[in-house]
Amino acid sequence: MNKISTIKELNNNGIQPEVLFWVGCAGSFDDQARKVTKSFTNLLDKANVSYAVLGTEESCTGDPAKRAGNEFLFQMQAISNIQTLNSYSFSKIVTACPHCFNTIKNEYPELGGNYEVLHHTEFLSFLLSSGKLRVKKPDFNGKKITFHDPCYLGRANKVYEPPRDVIKKLSTEINELKNCKEKGLCCGAGGAQIFKESESGNKEVNIKRTEEIVESNSDIVAVGCPFCKLMISDGIKNVKSKKELVVYDIAELLDKAI
Amino acid sequence: MISSVVFVSIFIFSISVFAINCKRIYRNISLGKKIPNIDKKQERIKKTLLIAFGQSKMFDRPVVGFLHLIVYVAFLLINIELLEIIIDGVSGKHRSLAPYLGSFYNFLIAFFEILALLVIISVILFWIRRNIIRIDRFIKNDLKGWPKLDANIILYIEIILMFLFLNMNATDQILQNENFNNYLEYGSFPVSSYMTFLYSDLSVEAVFYIERASWWLHIIGILFFLNYLYYSKHLHIILAFPNVYFSNLESKGKLSNMKSVLNEVKLMLNIDPEHNSTNSEIERLGAKDVFDLNQFQLLSAYTCTECGRCSSECPANITGKLLSPRSIMMKTRDRLEEVGNNINKNKQFLDDNKSLLGDYIKKEEIWACTTCNACVESCPIGIDPMSIILDIRRYMVMEESSAPNEINNMMTNIENNGAPWQFNNQDRINWINNN
Repeated sequence: MNKISTIKELNNNGIQPEVLFWVGCAGSFDDQARKVTKSFTNLLDKANVSYAVLGTEESCTGDPAKRAGNEFLFQMQAISNIQTLNSYSFSKIVTACPHCFNTIKNEYPELGGNYEVLHHTEFLSFLLSSGKLRVKKPDFNGKKITFHDPCYLGRANKVYEPPRDVIKKLSTEINELKNCKEKGLCCGAGGAQIFKESESGNKEVNIKRTEEIVESNSDIVAVGCPFCKLMISDGIKNVKSKKELVVYDIAELLDKAI
Repeated sequence: MISSVVFVSIFIFSISVFAINCKRIYRNISLGKKIPNIDKKQERIKKTLLIAFGQSKMFDRPVVGFLHLIVYVAFLLINIELLEIIIDGVSGKHRSLAPYLGSFYNFLIAFFEILALLVIISVILFWIRRNIIRIDRFIKNDLKGWPKLDANIILYIEIILMFLFLNMNATDQILQNENFNNYLEYGSFPVSSYMTFLYSDLSVEAVFYIERASWWLHIIGILFFLNYLYYSKHLHIILAFPNVYFSNLESKGKLSNMKSVLNEVKLMLNIDPEHNSTNSEIERLGAKDVFDLNQFQLLSAYTCTECGRCSSECPANITGKLLSPRSIMMKTRDRLEEVGNNINKNKQFLDDNKSLLGDYIKKEEIWACTTCNACVESCPIGIDPMSIILDIRRYMVMEESSAPNEINNMMTNIENNGAPWQFNNQDRINWINNN
């Protein structure tokens, strides 16, 4: 594995990387999401993309604070992140978290942060279509793969096809869920929900969504968000299913096939 | 002559009451914060033509979308007939436009009759969906009581109006055949000609009175319906157009950055704040009451048809939580009406120690939202219930500091170590070396 550099190191050596990989808090600290982070950096290495991370200079984008109603904290985070980002040179930001993606892409420009921002599935789809990445083992042994649309990638930013383009390279077809794309049901994590107990009801949202996924009779559910991954893995532990169902991020799936 | 006077009086009275109600709605909406710069006018007009006029989003659910289209098209077109009814009413003549339009007149009336029949069929199907099939979103708790009755009243009025229109033509035909008074022959019409048998045993005079009664009840019914709108969920037939026009054009994921917060944040971070801020008045952060919402949100509250597509796709609502985006809109309207009535009574708003948050919307509803945008996506006319939820969250967090404890912990973590969890920021790069 190549050494992963910080943007500071690269810029100090006069190198402007193509990609600044925004790892995100989940991607840095959460065990499951860290696997995605690893897979994605593996893929970047395999595609010979020059990239760097912010390392300890990265900080929460402020998304959970903003969605919880704390605009002060959001703007504090946003403005200091923008100051950090603006002090470096790189050509685009890529992140594996749709929440970070949405915030940096849509909410930072007004505060002085103007960048080209891509979700990792968009970038991976580009690497595949431009031939920088080639799938060697396209067959998942006839396993049925479905995709759960993250709200902040799909509805919020209308990115529906790039993750599907990647899956199509891995499997002959996508076993679409009944509620997908614009109608994709939330995993239950967004809007700072993941940090608190949910209000009383008759079911947890992640259980409801996992039941829908189980109904689709898929073997693999692909996700594109560390929070969806957490919520659905938790759901799988609690929903009865006739056959084994596993959850992987798109980057993990692609990494296995290259 | 007398009938003309009666007609003109009823007509002017109804239109005046309607105008007063419109003014009230306008005044109530004006209680909200101004919407900053309405840009991209062309794009907005295009969107309005597509979504409001063209009903494009109704076809997300094709069957009901089609039925709704019938009622909508019929509503637009049959109202052309209203022009003649008004002319007849004022002049005391009968079918004033017929001599000018010739055979085209027959074609028009025939066309309207077919539409009227289709409306009756569609509305009956709507009624069955609501009351027999009992589709989930129509029997939820937030629709109990007046909203349910209101929805049925609208359906009944529509059926009655269409029946009266057809009945008017059916009796008219009998009178034509009998060469009664000034009922000249205009030919028979495709739907009402099948209704003439109803009156075959009656005397010509009796048929004449039924014809007149149908004519009067039809126009009075229309004028009544016009004034019923203000008290019902049916205002969307007018307000859907401005609502779509003013609706959000940007990514659904983009939440506005509050300008009032920005200057303070810049001060705290030692960045030069913009000195041109003339807004020295300290305004409330977020929304506690309808005054704190913006005019688009208030317009939407009046526009909402309570169809419940939003709630039927809301993850919180479908898993049994109290939150219902539809109910957020309905409660906003109820509170706005209460405030409006308060102003009507007292000439200005007298504090009633009530507010949207607390007296109408509960904290439990506000904290159940996952901000997934499913409600916004599903609304056929561009209503954004999520924006109201977020504005209330802003008030609760920044003014009241009343967020749930876990949310406060999450925010403290972000403040202290730049992540929503309690990890040392220096450990951010541990993933690089750990396998």
